[in-house]
Amino acid sequence: MDPMASIKQTFFQECEEQLVELESGLLKIEDGECDAETVNAVFRAVHSIKGGAGAFGFDQLVEFVHVFETTLDLLRSNKLTATPSLTKTLLRASDVLSDLVRAAREDTVADAHAARTIAAELSALHGDAAAGAHEEEESLESLEFQPVAISLDSIFDLSGDDEPPATQDFIIRFRPGPGLYAKANETVRLLRELAQLGEAIVECDTHDIPLLSELDPEGAYLSWTIRLRTSEPEARVREIFEFVEWDCELDISVADVGKLLEALQEALEPGDAPVCIAAAASPPRIEAEAPVVPAPAAAADDERGHPSPAKPEAQRGDGAAAAQTTIRVDLDRVDRLINLVGELVINQAMLSQRVSEAGLSRASSVAIGLDELEQLTRDIQDSVMAIRAQPVKPVFQRMSRTVREVAAMTGKSVRLVMDGEGTEVDKTVIERLTDPLTHMIRNAVDHGIERPEDRVAAGKPEEGSLRLSATHRSGRIVIEVADDGAGINRARVRQIAIDKGLIPAEANLTDEEIDNLIFLPGFSTASTVSNISGRGVGMDVVKRAIQALGGRMSISSVPGRGSTFSMSLPLTLAVLDGMVVTVGGQTLVVPLTAIIETLQPKKESVHELGNGARVIASRAAFTPLIDVGMVLMYRDEPIDPTSQVALLVESESGAKCALLVDAIQGQRQVVIKSLETNYGHVHGIAAATILGDGRVALILDVDAIVARPRADMIAADAMSMAAE
Amino acid sequence: MADMHSPSATNHAKEFIAFHIGAQTFCIDIMAVREIRGWTPATPLPHSPSFVRGVINLRGAVLPVIDLATRLGLTQSEPTARHAVIVVQSAHQVVGLLVDAVSNILTLTPDAIQPTPEVASEMARTFVKGVVASGDSMISVLTIHNLLPEPILDAA
Repeated sequence: MDPMASIKQTFFQECEEQLVELESGLLKIEDGECDAETVNAVFRAVHSIKGGAGAFGFDQLVEFVHVFETTLDLLRSNKLTATPSLTKTLLRASDVLSDLVRAAREDTVADAHAARTIAAELSALHGDAAAGAHEEEESLESLEFQPVAISLDSIFDLSGDDEPPATQDFIIRFRPGPGLYAKANETVRLLRELAQLGEAIVECDTHDIPLLSELDPEGAYLSWTIRLRTSEPEARVREIFEFVEWDCELDISVADVGKLLEALQEALEPGDAPVCIAAAASPPRIEAEAPVVPAPAAAADDERGHPSPAKPEAQRGDGAAAAQTTIRVDLDRVDRLINLVGELVINQAMLSQRVSEAGLSRASSVAIGLDELEQLTRDIQDSVMAIRAQPVKPVFQRMSRTVREVAAMTGKSVRLVMDGEGTEVDKTVIERLTDPLTHMIRNAVDHGIERPEDRVAAGKPEEGSLRLSATHRSGRIVIEVADDGAGINRARVRQIAIDKGLIPAEANLTDEEIDNLIFLPGFSTASTVSNISGRGVGMDVVKRAIQALGGRMSISSVPGRGSTFSMSLPLTLAVLDGMVVTVGGQTLVVPLTAIIETLQPKKESVHELGNGARVIASRAAFTPLIDVGMVLMYRDEPIDPTSQVALLVESESGAKCALLVDAIQGQRQVVIKSLETNYGHVHGIAAATILGDGRVALILDVDAIVARPRADMIAADAMSMAAE
Repeated sequence: MADMHSPSATNHAKEFIAFHIGAQTFCIDIMAVREIRGWTPATPLPHSPSFVRGVINLRGAVLPVIDLATRLGLTQSEPTARHAVIVVQSAHQVVGLLVDAVSNILTLTPDAIQPTPEVASEMARTFVKGVVASGDSMISVLTIHNLLPEPILDAA
C-alpha cells in the first residue's frame, strides 16, 4: 500500500474517534455540563481534525474546521455562552463536519451549501462575541493579524513567480502565547522545521520567566529570535507557523545587515549590549560569541534547563489520554487469537473426556488439574472475546443525529434519551447494527411520535421522547427503541394488510399478531412515500437484517402511550447458541434463534398430504413436516415420526416448518467454523463446529431446509414436464 | 538423507512421498504435503460425491478427507486407525487424502520420471503424470491439483 494512503487511513480512523468525542462533548454541553474539561475536549477534537486535514491538503475541510474551531475557542474563553441555540448550531456544525470528513475520505464532493450555511452562522457568532465585552482584545488581535495575511499574498505573487529567490536571511521573532501550548503545539517542533529549511541560528529569550513562586505552569514566558538563511521563499517559512499564527506574536522580516543589527539589539538588550555590537561588526562571529545555539540544541536545552511551559501542558494532555490507553491492533490478529482460543477450548474438552474415559476418579490430581485448566480456558475465552467487544456508544450517537434530522424534517420536537451506551457487543454486530437501527429510529420519529399539536391535544408534553437503550440479558444484548407516541394503530395496520392482500379479510388476529404484520414484506403504513421512512424499505428489511445477525425482534405497543421495538442479539458472531440433536446417527447443531418450540409428534397430529408430504397439527395450524435425515440423505426411508422429536422452526422469511430429528442431546454454545475454507458450500448446512469429543458436527442451515420442499416441488415439476 | 540438503544433490531432484493403496504404489510431491496423521472417523457431508469421506477436525480447522482409493477408481476398503491421512495443500485449500499406508520418501530427478504409458484407464490419464521404476515395482506419480475437482465445489 502506498505509505501516504496508510497514513491517511489512520487520519480518518482518528477523525472518526474525534467526531465521536466531539459529538458526545456537545451533547454533554447541551445537557448543561458546560465545564472547562468538556469544552476543552470538544475543542481538542476539532483542532486535531484541522491539523490532519491541513497536512493532507483537504482545503474545504480545513476552511470549515477553522471557523468551527474559532467558535469553540470563543466558547472556551467564555466569550460565548452555551445557549441552547448555540449548542444546536454546534451540533449541526458537527454533523456537517462529519459529512465533510466522509467526503474527504471517499473522495466525493460534500454538500458545500450546508457547510457554507453553518460556517456563515458560526461566523456571525464570532461577530457577536467580538462586539461583546472583549471587543478591544479581539480587534487588537485582528489588527495584528491582518497585515500579515496581506503581505503573504503579495510576496508569494511577486517573488514567487518572477525570480527564483536566492539565499535570503530572515529574522523571525516568535513569541508563543499560552494558547499555542494549550492546543498541543510545540515550539521545539517548529524550530526544528525551521532549521530544516536552511541554516538557522536560534536564540531564546528567557527574560520574562518569573520567579518559580510566581510561575504559572500553563503560562508562556519564552520567546525566540531565529535568523534563518535559506533559499526558500517567505511563504515557505510562514507555512511552518500556519497552525500557530493565531496564538503567537510572529514577525518575519527579510534581513539586511542594518536590520539584523537592529533585531539583535532589540532582542538582546539591555544586558548583552556589548556582545551585540561585536556581532554587528562581523555577523559570522555571532555563532561563537552571542548566546545563540543551533535549533535542536536550543530546544533540548530549553526542555531540560527551564521550566518550559510546553512541558507541563504536554503532560497534562497525556494524563487525560492515559485515563484510557488503547492500542490499534489489526483485526486479523485478534481473529487469529480468537480461533486459537477456540481450539484450546475444544482441546481442553477432549482432554477431560479422555481422562474420564481412562477411568481416573474425579478426585484424582489429574482431574483436579483439569478442572483448573477448564476454568482458566473459560477465562481466556471470555477475555479474548472481550477484545472484539466494543461499546454500542458510537452507533447510538449516530442515532442522535438521525433524530435531529428527521425531527427537523417532520417539524416534530423529539428528545432522544440514551441508556446503556457502554454496553459492549462484538464489533461485527455493531457494524451491522447501524442500518437497521437508523431505520427504526427514523420510523419511530416519523410514524411513532405525533405532531406537537396532536401531543398537546392528547395531554402530553409537546416534546416527544425517544428512548434508546442497551442492556445485557442472559448472554445476549437487548436493544430497545421506545417512543411515547400514539402507539400502533391496529385498525389501520389490519386494514392495510387486508388491502395489500397480506391477510384474508376475515382473519381473526390477536393484537400481537396485528403488531407483527408491520414486519411483513410489502407493508408500509406511510400513505405518502416520504423522504424519511418510505424509501421502499420496510420493517421487514430491518427484521431480516437483525435475523441475519442471529437476532430476534419484537414489538409491544400500548395505544396512546407509545411503542417499544426490542431486538435481542448475540454478543458475538464467532459462537452460536445451538440445540445439539442426533439424526441418523450423526450429531447436528440447530441454531437456537430459529427454534420456536419443540414438539413430541403424536400419531393423530401427523397427516399425510398428497404424495409423501406430511404436515403436523400444532395449535390448530398445519405445519409442513420435514425429516432432516431424509433431506441430508442420512437415510432413504422415513421412519415413524412418533419416535422422533419435531423442532418447530421459523426461517428468516417467516415461513414455519417442523423439522424431525431423532433425539435432542441438549443446548450448547458452539464455535462456528467455516466449511467453505477448505471445501465449499453444502446445501442445507450453514457451517461446522467441533464438539467436545473432537469430532466435527454440522450446523443446520434452517432457511435452506425450510425452502427445500418448494425447491423439490419445482424440480419435480420440471422433471414431469421433461417426461412429457 | 544427510546429503539431501546439499545443493548439488538436490539440484534438480525433488522429493516425493510414496504410499500404498491396495496393491499399487503412488507418490506425490513432498512440497504439497503439510503433515501425515492417522485416520479418525469423519463426519459425512450431505450431497457430497462418493469419494468425499467427510470432514475431520485438524486442530480446530475443518478438513475434508478424500478417499483416494474411490477417487482413483480402486477398490475401497473400510478405513481403520492404521490407515493414514496425508494432509496436502492445493491452491488455497487444505485437504486430507486417505491412503492405506505411507511407505517412504523418494528423491527423484526429472529424467527418472517416465511418461505415463498409454492405457485405457481414465484414472491413469487424469491423475497420473508419470511413472517411476523402483526395483521390480512401479510407482505412479500423482498430480494433486485435480484430485479435488470443480464439481466438488458445486456439489451443493
